[in-house]
Amino acid sequence: MRILALVSRIIQQIRKDKRTLALLFVAPLLVLTLMYFIFDSETSDLKLVVTDVNERVIELLEESEFELFKEDSYSIERMAEEELDGWLHMEEEKLALTLLNEQPSRSSSVKMLLAKTLNVNDSVANSSIETEYVYGDEETKIFDIFSPMLVGFFVFFFVFLIAGIALLNERTSGTLERLLATPIKRYEIVFGYVVGYGLFALIQTIIVVLYSVKVLDIVLEGSIWLVLLINILVAFVALSLGTLLSSFASSEFQMVQFIPLVIVPQVFFSGIFPIEGMAEWLQQLGKIMPLYYASDALNGVMYKGFTIYEIAGNLLVLLGFAIVFITLNIVSLKKYRSI
Amino acid sequence: MNVINLQDVSKTFKRKNVIKPTTFAIEEKKIFGLLGPSGCGKTTLIKLIVGMLKADSGDITVLGKQVPNASLLREIGYMAQSDALYTALTGEQNLEFFAKLFGFSKSERKERIQYAANIVQLTEDLKVSVSSYSGGMKRRLSLAIALIQNPKILILDEPTVGIDPLLKRSIWNELERLKDEEDKTIIITTHIMDEAEKCDYLAMMRDGEIIATGKPTELKAHYNAQNFDDVFLKIGGGL
Repeated sequence: MRILALVSRIIQQIRKDKRTLALLFVAPLLVLTLMYFIFDSETSDLKLVVTDVNERVIELLEESEFELFKEDSYSIERMAEEELDGWLHMEEEKLALTLLNEQPSRSSSVKMLLAKTLNVNDSVANSSIETEYVYGDEETKIFDIFSPMLVGFFVFFFVFLIAGIALLNERTSGTLERLLATPIKRYEIVFGYVVGYGLFALIQTIIVVLYSVKVLDIVLEGSIWLVLLINILVAFVALSLGTLLSSFASSEFQMVQFIPLVIVPQVFFSGIFPIEGMAEWLQQLGKIMPLYYASDALNGVMYKGFTIYEIAGNLLVLLGFAIVFITLNIVSLKKYRSI
Repeated sequence: MNVINLQDVSKTFKRKNVIKPTTFAIEEKKIFGLLGPSGCGKTTLIKLIVGMLKADSGDITVLGKQVPNASLLREIGYMAQSDALYTALTGEQNLEFFAKLFGFSKSERKERIQYAANIVQLTEDLKVSVSSYSGGMKRRLSLAIALIQNPKILILDEPTVGIDPLLKRSIWNELERLKDEEDKTIIITTHIMDEAEKCDYLAMMRDGEIIATGKPTELKAHYNAQNFDDVFLKIGGGL
């Protein structure tokens, strides 16, 4: 009987909490739908450019599944810029292949398809093809591509939750209201939070980055200072978004419910999964997500060795997110005090 | 002289009319009691005066300034109904934090913390974490925080809930001393009728309306009642 009393009380409580209900029933569908689109999307066509290769090879390639480009001359710089998967050319009378290797899985697809195409006629592929890599090398593991995004993701995730719950506690305990009965200005509260928790976020960032690079030996082609800079910006975005969303939550439990809504979709679009094959409108969705820019910048610096000029755009977008969220935070505090 | 004036002030939350158009004034150097059952709108009215809520219509002036006004927040010591304290910090750290918000220098802070803690008899427990305070101690610390900036006006929302009779008496003595010797104006909400007797002036609230105002003796005489429970029942017309 007492068990039944508990059961009915729990049902009553959950029925009152519409958000929990929605999360329970709708959020899995949302995540599943996203996964469906991401895993079901076909690998987009492999792009191959050829220069000064004999007619026979070109003929074979034209019949293959490659999206073929013919150029008189080509360069690695152009390849990186145009994001072509491979460049087939002649070097000392032998076939040479340069792979972009932005995603190791695509590189191996290129190699496989090329071998399949050329092996039809043994006389053409008489010798093994010399292979070069733009980014990484033959040994590049999937994890090398993942890890920069993971670093950014963890910084975002923990700062988001901790800062959000901290401000939430201040709301529910009434201290926020009490605070606003003093002459403190609304922006002072928000900046206090940004700086206070920003300090801890900074320490967390330094620990995560140093551990990844020094202990786990994650590839780091570019400057560690740039990695820190990107992650500090990520922390600010997460912090301001967390505190902002905390005003839409009435308990820690509801704060945790933001994870599948705010965090998980960002993971899907952060580049851990290939999104090139997805519908165009879905790809555009990634552009409203801060982690999309963070991952792009982190991947650029850690894997491709980009400099600050090459990631400046991403940094500015992240800064923009932080400024917008901080402003919204200041405005949303009006709920507690009209001035 | 009136330090607080309300003119036709009303406030509505989602469909519910919490404060019906209300006009009254509070004289300086008086203890003004806002008396009424729970949920009658006392706290809302107080938040309107502090400036934390914005009135839908009407005018509120405090010390001659239109509310809301940021400079007034320094002149009002506010004690909320719930203990809004940082429980992970000690009593002293709580007082220190609020003292800093008012921009006191280090020596001023020390002096104000001593003064405020002394009034509520918490000096001995200042170094203890608030999470181990009793309910009464938390109320007292909240009161000390309201006193920290030496405000001209004290607004206390049910300050004596959960405080034992002895301490309650000492707090009331202190409130009277603050009024007499430090010229403070004190607004207090309560639903405890015997506290109403101690106020200089009373406003009785019911369903978002002030239904009667006057000195405690006047109200009792007017309604021909022995105590405030009777006054309340007669005004309410419940019985």
